[in-house]
Amino acid sequence: MKSQESVLKMSNISKEYYGTRVLNNINLEIRAGEIHALLGENGAGKSTLMNILFGMSVIHSTGGFDGEIELDGEKVDINSPLQAMDLGIGMVHQEFMLIPGYTITENIKLNRELIKKDFINNLMPTSLKQIDLDEMNKEARKALDTLDIGIEEWIKVAGLPVGYMQFIEIAREIDKQNIKVLVFDEPTAVLTESEADNLLKAMKKIARSGIAIIFITHRLDEVMEVADNITILRDGQFITRKSKDDTNVFEMAELMVGRQIESLAKHEAKDIENQPVAVSLRKFNVAMPGEEVRDLNLDIYKGEIFGIGGLAGQGKIGIANGIMGLYPSRGNVLIDGQPLALNNPKESIKRNLAFVSEDRRGVGLLLDTSIEMNIAITAMQNKNKFLRDYKLFSQKSHRQIRTHALDMIKQLDIRCTGPEQIVRRLSGGNQQKVCIARALTLDPMILLVSEPTRGIDIGAKKLVLDTLIKLNKELGITIIITSSELAELRSICHRIAIVSEGKIEGILMPDASDTDYGLMMSGEYNKLKSKEVI
Amino acid sequence: MAELIGVNKKATIWDKIKRFSLNNMVTIMFVIICYIGFYYSELSFAFFVNDLITRIARNAFLVLALIIPVLAGMGLNFAIVLGAMAGQVAIIMVTHWGIVGWQGFLICVVISAPIAIIFGYLTGKLLNKTKGQEMITSLILGFFANGLYQLVFLIMVGSIIPMENETLLLSTGVGLRVSIDLTGGLKYAIDDLIRWTLPRTLMMIGCVSILIGGFNIYKYTKGVPNYLKSKVKLRMINYSIAGLAFVIYSFVITNGSSLLNNIRVPIVTMVIIGLLCLFNIFISKTKIGQDFRTVGQDRHVATVSGIKSDKIRVTAIVISTLLAAWGQLFFLQNLGTLSTYGSHEQVGMFAIAALLIGGASVTKANIGHALLGTVLFHTLFIVSPIAGKNLFGDAQLGEYFRAFVAYGVIGLSLGMHAWKKQLQGKKL
Repeated sequence: MKSQESVLKMSNISKEYYGTRVLNNINLEIRAGEIHALLGENGAGKSTLMNILFGMSVIHSTGGFDGEIELDGEKVDINSPLQAMDLGIGMVHQEFMLIPGYTITENIKLNRELIKKDFINNLMPTSLKQIDLDEMNKEARKALDTLDIGIEEWIKVAGLPVGYMQFIEIAREIDKQNIKVLVFDEPTAVLTESEADNLLKAMKKIARSGIAIIFITHRLDEVMEVADNITILRDGQFITRKSKDDTNVFEMAELMVGRQIESLAKHEAKDIENQPVAVSLRKFNVAMPGEEVRDLNLDIYKGEIFGIGGLAGQGKIGIANGIMGLYPSRGNVLIDGQPLALNNPKESIKRNLAFVSEDRRGVGLLLDTSIEMNIAITAMQNKNKFLRDYKLFSQKSHRQIRTHALDMIKQLDIRCTGPEQIVRRLSGGNQQKVCIARALTLDPMILLVSEPTRGIDIGAKKLVLDTLIKLNKELGITIIITSSELAELRSICHRIAIVSEGKIEGILMPDASDTDYGLMMSGEYNKLKSKEVI
Repeated sequence: MAELIGVNKKATIWDKIKRFSLNNMVTIMFVIICYIGFYYSELSFAFFVNDLITRIARNAFLVLALIIPVLAGMGLNFAIVLGAMAGQVAIIMVTHWGIVGWQGFLICVVISAPIAIIFGYLTGKLLNKTKGQEMITSLILGFFANGLYQLVFLIMVGSIIPMENETLLLSTGVGLRVSIDLTGGLKYAIDDLIRWTLPRTLMMIGCVSILIGGFNIYKYTKGVPNYLKSKVKLRMINYSIAGLAFVIYSFVITNGSSLLNNIRVPIVTMVIIGLLCLFNIFISKTKIGQDFRTVGQDRHVATVSGIKSDKIRVTAIVISTLLAAWGQLFFLQNLGTLSTYGSHEQVGMFAIAALLIGGASVTKANIGHALLGTVLFHTLFIVSPIAGKNLFGDAQLGEYFRAFVAYGVIGLSLGMHAWKKQLQGKKL
């Protein structure tokens, strides 16, 4: 179905925000049925470009943009998202635009509800026309079938797994009759690997039906898997447009970041096992919904970087949350040989544990509070740091907080306008650094980090991981890092435990073979090995 | 581990009861209080029912006016006070002109509509500027509007606004009297159009209910999609049984010598309340009803999908204010006296208290909540002074309890709602 004519052509797009040029002569051209990857670090201008395509009000309220957009060869002015929708441009959002209290059908047909076609209805003004739920259900079913989703269309969205929600969003877009261009904004960021595979398959299927797809992502292997062509942006500049066949992952990464990525600093293998045990878990249970830990036993030695990997839903996230007392847990936990009182976050912090949560925006940060307060708050609450004590009451010491925050901003290279900036305005990578800075402010002996690089771009990723290695080397902090990205764990950890069904399936060295890792992830390792022994 | 994790556990009957009582704890509590009050008041059932029917006819319309803003996510609309004022303006004008009976009432309906729509529009605009604080804004707006209302009717009428009417104006010729008697004018303008005896009314309700049940049975036999099956089934059983019960009970009353036979129900008012219920159901199934709910559930998502959420919110408030104006007309024609500076003041509080007792919350309200709440709230109003007198020998105590109930229930049910949310949050 690939035609040679382009569906969408954006030429010489430039945009200024208050005098700063964020986009400079960008060109983007997409044919029908093509999957076109749009790559770039955070801040490269991808979102601004998409905002222009959608006619978002943030563009027009800041003076519009220069350049032309052509759709099917005709020049169009897009002034509002509604108009973009009418023209056949759709978007699958990164943050789900779904209403939990609605059924799947109602979500798919949101603001495009079908109207009953009887006599009285025809006489009514538009807003008083009756809605035809039966017909809506049928069409929703059709869209879901196109994506091979077997879920019933009339159940509520609330409580569905994240993977389904993504598909409901996609179903909504393909249900639109006139859809020509569909934008996927980092669709796989929140999905597990198997869900992501399904999604990529669905994308290919949609493209085959003649819809052009713009695919925004950080995951280069996915680009290699599905994309036909690739456009790379960097710092608001158009860098290159390539066909997939002419390039490879390394070149793309290099073009994106604009500097050679050295392979992450390998550290010398330490003689870990002779060290004393820092954390010991026995019969550890955590009731974290969707990530339950069941009767888990684990020893982590002092001074190591310990990785916890595994598929989503197997319980790897639950371990750190359980140790920190954020979810109900049971069992024995020894920190440096001393038992830890469970289900009590304050106690965990007192024992020199610090936690960087996987839920950065939910648990990790006070989004509308300044960087400096975010860094200081936990230490103020729990360690009486940054306080001026007047015996009867105490006040926070602004000067100490400021000095410390400035120090942290410099050390961790947090890109911001100053310590007073609110963290909501920071990019994902910098928000993560604020989280780490706060954890470090507690002077932890053991640092638990969950999904440290989720949703942040390659450059920031490297900085975050390098920081962790540095902390381990220079301060001797024991680091327990939980991540769904195996490659990342293998690049920095001394040992890696793979969790399956709430238990440790096995512990591997970073240089163990891919097959071993694969088997452990799928929970088959021990079964197969025990057979060999027999 | 099962009790720790709580997944894949089969819901036992005990669990179901627990969940039901958790979801309806406010209502259950008030059913119990009402029953205790009724028991100690030693009222005759007939007297109680008579009083209750009067009060339902009086108040249900106002309570129903609150539902749409809740759907649209704007919380409880305390600003129905403004609607009530619009209604009173119309009543004052019509009384001044001396138009009586249902004709007068109809003119009130016509006059109050544009005033209420303007008030509603302005309220909606203001609430759009204070998103997230709709309830407190509308509450304070009600107080502020009351000030303007007093300015107009206490100071400007007779001085700036020319008006000559000895029965309405104070002896100085400036400002309206504190209370205006509607007897011989608008009093019972609608209520007295047709009155049926209670058994006859019950018979009619029963028949209609059986018809609805029958219609659902017909629908069920013709085949309904899976997702509706349980709903339709429930409907056909409930309506049929309730209908039969009503019919049988009406026969029982007619053939006995119960005082219930003497109760005369204002049928037109009741039918209009019924129509308003139907209107609410109708609107929730239309495009705009869906928009109300979408905006109510998530304003951001609604805006992104192209719904003009600000406009929808204004529409919701306009409808609510308009209904409140008409509701106040029904209220006053039944009461028979207009307390010029006081009738509207408690309207918002009482209607909201009633709705909350019925089991509604800031984010969820339906017709069932409104009607059940009206019944319970007024039951409490009827029985509490007498129960207070019988128990403590002092009617004042019951009177105090009345006022206490109205305000207490708002605080209590808002608190319980928050607590419930917390409990549910913990479970997730």
